[in-house]
Amino acid sequence: MNVPRYWRTESARYRLLGETCRQCGKPIFPPRDVCPHCTEPQQEPRTFAGKGEVYSYSTVHQAPAGFTDYGPYTVALVKLDEGPLVTAQLTDVENEQVYVGMPVEMVTRKIKEEGANGMIVYGYKFRPLIQQV
Amino acid sequence: MIDVYIVGIGQTNAGEHWDRSLRDLGVDAMLAALQDAGVGQVETLYVGNMLAGELVAQAQLGALLADWSGLGCIEAIRAEAADASGAAALRMGYLAVASGASDLVLACGVEKTTDADSESVDQAWSSGMDGEYETSQGLSMPAVGGLLMRRYMHEHGVGREAFAPFAVNAHANGANNPYAMFQRPISVEAYAHSGMVADPVGMFDVAPLCDGAAAVVLCAADRARELAAKPVRVCASAVATDRVALHSRTDPLSLQAAHLSALKAYAQAGVGPHDIDLFELHDSFSVMAALSLEACGFAERGHGTDLGLDGEIGLQGRIPISTMGGLKARGHPLGATGIYQVVELAQQLRGEAGANQLDCRLGMAQSLAGSGATAITHILEA
Amino acid sequence: MKPAKDVGIVGYGAYVPRYRLPATEVSRVWTDGHGGVPVEEKSVPGLDEDTVTMAIEAARNALARAGLSAQSLGAVWVGSESHPYAVKPTSTIVAEALGATPQVSAADWEFACKAGTEALQAAIGYVGSGMVDYALAIGMDTAQSRPGDALEYTAAAGGAAYIVGPREHSLAYLEGSYSFVTDTPDFFRRAYQHYPEHAGRFTGEPAYFKHTVSAVRGLLEELGYGPQDFAAAIFHQPNAKFPQRVAKMLGFSQAQIKTGLLSPQIGNTYAGSSMLGLTAVLDEAKPGDRVLLASFGSGAGSDAFSFVVTDAVAERQSLAPNTQTYVARRKPIDYALYVRYRRKLVMH
Repeated sequence: MNVPRYWRTESARYRLLGETCRQCGKPIFPPRDVCPHCTEPQQEPRTFAGKGEVYSYSTVHQAPAGFTDYGPYTVALVKLDEGPLVTAQLTDVENEQVYVGMPVEMVTRKIKEEGANGMIVYGYKFRPLIQQV
Repeated sequence: MIDVYIVGIGQTNAGEHWDRSLRDLGVDAMLAALQDAGVGQVETLYVGNMLAGELVAQAQLGALLADWSGLGCIEAIRAEAADASGAAALRMGYLAVASGASDLVLACGVEKTTDADSESVDQAWSSGMDGEYETSQGLSMPAVGGLLMRRYMHEHGVGREAFAPFAVNAHANGANNPYAMFQRPISVEAYAHSGMVADPVGMFDVAPLCDGAAAVVLCAADRARELAAKPVRVCASAVATDRVALHSRTDPLSLQAAHLSALKAYAQAGVGPHDIDLFELHDSFSVMAALSLEACGFAERGHGTDLGLDGEIGLQGRIPISTMGGLKARGHPLGATGIYQVVELAQQLRGEAGANQLDCRLGMAQSLAGSGATAITHILEA
Repeated sequence: MKPAKDVGIVGYGAYVPRYRLPATEVSRVWTDGHGGVPVEEKSVPGLDEDTVTMAIEAARNALARAGLSAQSLGAVWVGSESHPYAVKPTSTIVAEALGATPQVSAADWEFACKAGTEALQAAIGYVGSGMVDYALAIGMDTAQSRPGDALEYTAAAGGAAYIVGPREHSLAYLEGSYSFVTDTPDFFRRAYQHYPEHAGRFTGEPAYFKHTVSAVRGLLEELGYGPQDFAAAIFHQPNAKFPQRVAKMLGFSQAQIKTGLLSPQIGNTYAGSSMLGLTAVLDEAKPGDRVLLASFGSGAGSDAFSFVVTDAVAERQSLAPNTQTYVARRKPIDYALYVRYRRKLVMH
């Protein structure tokens, strides 16, 4: 069981909690100790709004162990409005309807289950914007 | 630094070895290389391997293979750099000789993937990516290829068919390599109709993981002249890294580590891309072949696929690649691949490449890890 | 019942998943297409959805309408009969995902289809006592039904979240509530069993109707109102017929229950059922509207509430997707995909 590993990344997975660098002001996701832009080791926590667009995507037909229950599913690089790229699955969309540039929003979904007895891991996925009625 | 030479090469077939274990394969390749060099003992052993811990619960491969091959109590250590582990072992061997620390070194790459089920192997292969923020999201290595290929097609306005030449060329060359996993040519039609692994990566866009082991014997100039009729000089050995996660790169379609590693290698050897006669690149995915050609200066950004479409990557072309099948047709036994690339360069430079023989003097091999976060480049001279 | 301090609903949010199983698919497989169907179709959760994920989205919608930061919440309480863990509260995960931790109460509630309104009663008390400023009560379910059973036509997924706060901040204030509970075993599920048992027609008159009618009459008597005083009424909706019949029994018209009657389109969302009906009513409510909410939970009991909509409602309705947006968002699936999504296939 990977309980401590999953627990440590909860804030990032549930709420897109990332950082703003105190030195260069750039947005950072996922959170890390050293700024990838300027190598300054001091950051301010901040959340990302969860809106963005699809930068690239790929539909996985041969899922690796741990994800075989969910296939076929589409993973994407999502460019958040604030700048960072995020790797995440897309959900609530037919795989054929995805396109580069598609506007998406973050939702919290099941990422995987560690079997019938183990932990359920929740985290971010992205879906196309809901059409208001 | 002391000049380093390859004086012996050995390899097993790349493929499915149901009757050979990880250590059996390693010993097979090591004994073949020792015999080719005409030596019975070495001072130092470096073993390149990626997944022995995950798939066969085996660590301490240096000592194990030294033990199992009868090399005794020599210095022996495993090097790991995901898919580039074999090249990493070669890098360690090169440094040992070049620094004067060791006079005779054996560098062996070995991988055993068929002892585990394919879903577990896929999951383990993805450990070369960012485990916390890529693998944990269900990203598989083929999906990494898919993300890169889809973005490449979008940014550079090409369709899937632009990548077909990489698979067709690899299989055409693999057909003449008795050690290759696949020794059958494939057609452009077969490429077009192949099933999807991670859309748009199809069956012929991704190299097959398999079992295999390859080894080289390294030493300095004076010893090399004693041992080998045609010693091959390692005139460059260079490593560079990049941000591990694809999403952390400033430009995902630019293989920064491959570029920097190649630049360092060219500088060491005092050459440029135009001097390279053949390039054993890391075609784990057809898109990686295109991106590698661009990163190493053989094509402008977005034009790697043009080299394929224009026939420049074939044996008659300007920059032959995958001359013995590449990762795509010879196979991709992960931690062993980096040594296979160099063994194949050595075969070409020694005139032992058979039907695929090129007239060549300078060959380059580049091994990439994961989505390109580690790049290890060697240039060999006949 | 009314707390010492006046309270109301400051934010509300709905969630319904996008997949739909037409009832005709169930009868195609089980009755060769014969017999009537109790609803048109029901909502089905996707492979990556459960009570936790749906509760998080409904709660985010409620926070958006309330204009509150999650840190202001003093309690996060989720009522369901499909909590993903038997031990480890859904509410802790929801609280963490919203950003309401660590100074917050969290616990899961269970009372079949009225688990959510029990949480709502408690939230009213928690805020009304002055212990906390705001409390979040959620009713949410991914209901499971035995293959081939009558309940398979209707057992659906979805629900709603309500933030209770001071009357001055509310879009609908509470006039009073009433709970009516007895030990009536009309529908239950033993620990470690996968599917519930139900007592057939016993779930009607002695259970659903008796408790709903008693709770509503009790509330109306206390408040001194009749059905004509209400702009809308929402009853628990296990199918289309029961809420229509109990409305008639209590003297409410079909027009009064129309906006809040969602079961024909989405089925029975169990702990989410009446609470989702209320979000649909609030989406279209006008200041001054008096609204009756009456849940029913097997076991059995009913919670009845009377709310009056305030002037604040207009500016808050559009701050999150409305209920009809979720209802209209539909992708029909067949019985085979449904069986896969609901994990009804057991490997032997």
